[in-house]
Amino acid sequence: MQHAHRRPNRPLPKTDGDKPMTEDLLLKISDVSKSFGSVRALRGVNFDLRRGEIHALAGENGAGKSTLMNIIDGILHPDSGEILIDGQAVSIASPTRAQQLGIGFVHQEIALCPDVSVAENIFMAATNVSRALVMDYGDLHAKAATTLGQLCDISPATLVRDLSISNQQLVEIAKALTLECRVLILDEPTAALTEKEAQILFGIMRKLADQGISIIYISHRMVEIFDNCDRVTVFRDGQHITTQEVADIGPDDVVNAMVGRVIDDLYPPKLAAADRSDDMILEVRNLTDGNRFHDISFHLKRGEILGFGGLIGSGRSEIAKGVCRLECKVRGETFLNGAPLTPRDYQDSIQAGVVYLSEDRKGDGIFLDMAISANVSALDLQRVSSPLGVLNSAQETQQAADLGRMLNLKCGKLSDPVSSLSGGNQQKVAIAKMLSINPKLIILDEPTRGVDVGAKCEIHRILRALAAQGVGIVVISSELPELIGLCDRVAVVREGRISGEVSGAQMTEENIMQLVSVTDATAA
Amino acid sequence: MRNSTLTETGTTQTGGTGPTPNQASAAAAQNIVLRLLRMRETGLIAIILALFIVMSFASPYFLTWVNMRAMVMAFAVEGIVVIGMTILLISGGIDLSVGSVTALAMVVAGWLFLAGVDPWLASAIAILVCTGVGAIMGFFVVRVGLHHFIVSLAVMVIARGICLLATGGRPLGLFTLPPEFKFIGQGSIGPVPLVIIIFLLTVVTFDFLLRKTTVFRKVFYTGSNERAAAYSGIRTKKVVFLTTTLCSALCGFAGIIYMARFGSAQPTFGIGMELNVIAAAVIGGASLSGGTGTIFGAILGVVLLSVVSSSLALLDVSVYWQDIIRGSILLAAVSIDHYLQKRRARK
Repeated sequence: MQHAHRRPNRPLPKTDGDKPMTEDLLLKISDVSKSFGSVRALRGVNFDLRRGEIHALAGENGAGKSTLMNIIDGILHPDSGEILIDGQAVSIASPTRAQQLGIGFVHQEIALCPDVSVAENIFMAATNVSRALVMDYGDLHAKAATTLGQLCDISPATLVRDLSISNQQLVEIAKALTLECRVLILDEPTAALTEKEAQILFGIMRKLADQGISIIYISHRMVEIFDNCDRVTVFRDGQHITTQEVADIGPDDVVNAMVGRVIDDLYPPKLAAADRSDDMILEVRNLTDGNRFHDISFHLKRGEILGFGGLIGSGRSEIAKGVCRLECKVRGETFLNGAPLTPRDYQDSIQAGVVYLSEDRKGDGIFLDMAISANVSALDLQRVSSPLGVLNSAQETQQAADLGRMLNLKCGKLSDPVSSLSGGNQQKVAIAKMLSINPKLIILDEPTRGVDVGAKCEIHRILRALAAQGVGIVVISSELPELIGLCDRVAVVREGRISGEVSGAQMTEENIMQLVSVTDATAA
Repeated sequence: MRNSTLTETGTTQTGGTGPTPNQASAAAAQNIVLRLLRMRETGLIAIILALFIVMSFASPYFLTWVNMRAMVMAFAVEGIVVIGMTILLISGGIDLSVGSVTALAMVVAGWLFLAGVDPWLASAIAILVCTGVGAIMGFFVVRVGLHHFIVSLAVMVIARGICLLATGGRPLGLFTLPPEFKFIGQGSIGPVPLVIIIFLLTVVTFDFLLRKTTVFRKVFYTGSNERAAAYSGIRTKKVVFLTTTLCSALCGFAGIIYMARFGSAQPTFGIGMELNVIAAAVIGGASLSGGTGTIFGAILGVVLLSVVSSSLALLDVSVYWQDIIRGSILLAAVSIDHYLQKRRARK
């Protein structure tokens, strides 16, 4: 199926130019563009939302979904274009204004205050717009109970820190509902939910839609879109590709529209049978930290890429940090290239050539306000200094330039701060940092999160090339297509234990999802 | 940091081939000019020069050797403390106890000397004591996990209390200090006071260390993003511990120079010094949230505050006004910097 048309398919009946729209459009975005520096995040996109529909918005990372949602929520302002609510052109200057217009946004990251009660969190935003001087806590709790009652049975007096991630997500939704929103934006709400919890959420979504609330549902899980949504819009590279009734198309059409090419092209070829080796790069036996993960055993052979799947919070990142001894004490045995690996801390681990690329790039991956070259050299300054510890800035620049060329880093000067780069290029700097020490093993946690499709593809190819050179590559990812497309084998982590492993033809989304969420099965 | 990158050429893409040598050198030259203009140090130098010009017309005494010398003497020793503070600020810490610890060095050395200890040994012990005080603060920050602000606030009061307790609140007269010891604070080599030479040597040393050595680069990493530093294998706690200790050690060193200069140990010395020292570092570009700052900038901050004080004194402005003006300069400098940074971030 071809999706060459840029304009969304207007549902029948067709309207004339001068006649007002007859269909029940609550929100209409026309021709909105937004650039960040030289990056054009949105290029004249259109989007519309009917009253009471669940409208899926799909697209790869960097396709412009978040940018558009942030514009609707008043966090960002469009460079050009128009936003109409109920046919009236509006300018959404701030999130507060968006609230007044009835727009509720549940972000992917949970933004609750952990030390306060559920009720107070729910009314955080409402308190903000209220003019009352003194809080009426009795009233607050009663109202919170009413709102929550529609969703679940969480007590409003519970502290948020005591809730599970999925319940916190529900609190976020309750928070949006208290603002009497007419448009509810849900940004990948199921990323941290189990299958069962997700189903409950879908039930709630449908109930809200029946009450006339319009929901924008951001996801790239085809099953969720096709089971629960009315229409789907696909963005790619900042452009609107298509809008369709879900009933009219199939998942493959959406995937092709998202990717813009046949999906096999996105990933480099896997390890050929002929190139398989029995050389062990990494062998982990019974690794335990006594808290977040237990009895972890896995191995990585030369040339292959091992994937780690599982929910956020399942312990997969902790296992990676455990192998590297990053802020982590562990028991168990680890062998690198056949020799015992017993680093005392992460610095020792780096010296041994075992490094970890953090999932939280801005939080702990890079030094945003420092030079690109200083970021690249941070793991081992000895490489760019004299034996006495005097830095050689020419060498440091050269190192960054060499690695930058290898990774096709697009930047101005290497002395510019990393904050001047796009997400994909920031990630390349973080990867360059890993490569600066000629590592033996790299564990990459969500290596392509927040990276545009092009850079994502490049990163995958680089990882494959490194694996072919004999560097151990372990990739942790929440994106099943990435795990399946990139890795030769995928181990799934559930509740701190490896619940199973799939490889070859068994690597399907269904098999992995089963290992991720089924609570009683143990084998693949 | 900023200075170290001056020599780079301005290629626009790492992936592309470099420009021709001619273009490169022209671009480099332009680049250097732009960079200089954007650098905070340039702005400070301009303000200081402007003050010099205005003051040389306003007061005949300003541009005299005596006044210049007095001015430099006034800020030289404090400048050593500013160096320690700047490095600590870069690592993300702060130290309110600098004044008290400086006084503590004087009192400990003076007390030991009066008890019959050789003045050089007494001084070494005093500096060690101050280093120990810094290590204790570092312990509370790094191991116990308290904030620098609280820990140093407590130590500021405790150290002052020890000074007053040991001396009964009265200065210790150290008239019997041997002349070769007093020479540190009072002597000159040729026309230049030794204090100024010590100050300049300290500045040059630490400026080099901070810009050029791996050890101090880790201070920048830690202050810029402590988690990212930990995730780069940097032992950030060690870094913070060392910068905290270094700051107090430099206070001890400064205290000894003051003692040699005054020939006495004053338990009340350095009250309010922390404000001046922090102000100077911040005016010079150090950020209270860590990660940025230069020794050169901080010294310019000291010079600016000192020139302003001296000017106001020569113009017979009341001392009370001086505090008001100093505070206003701090506020203005930080506001302008904040504004410029925000504008740069928006670009």
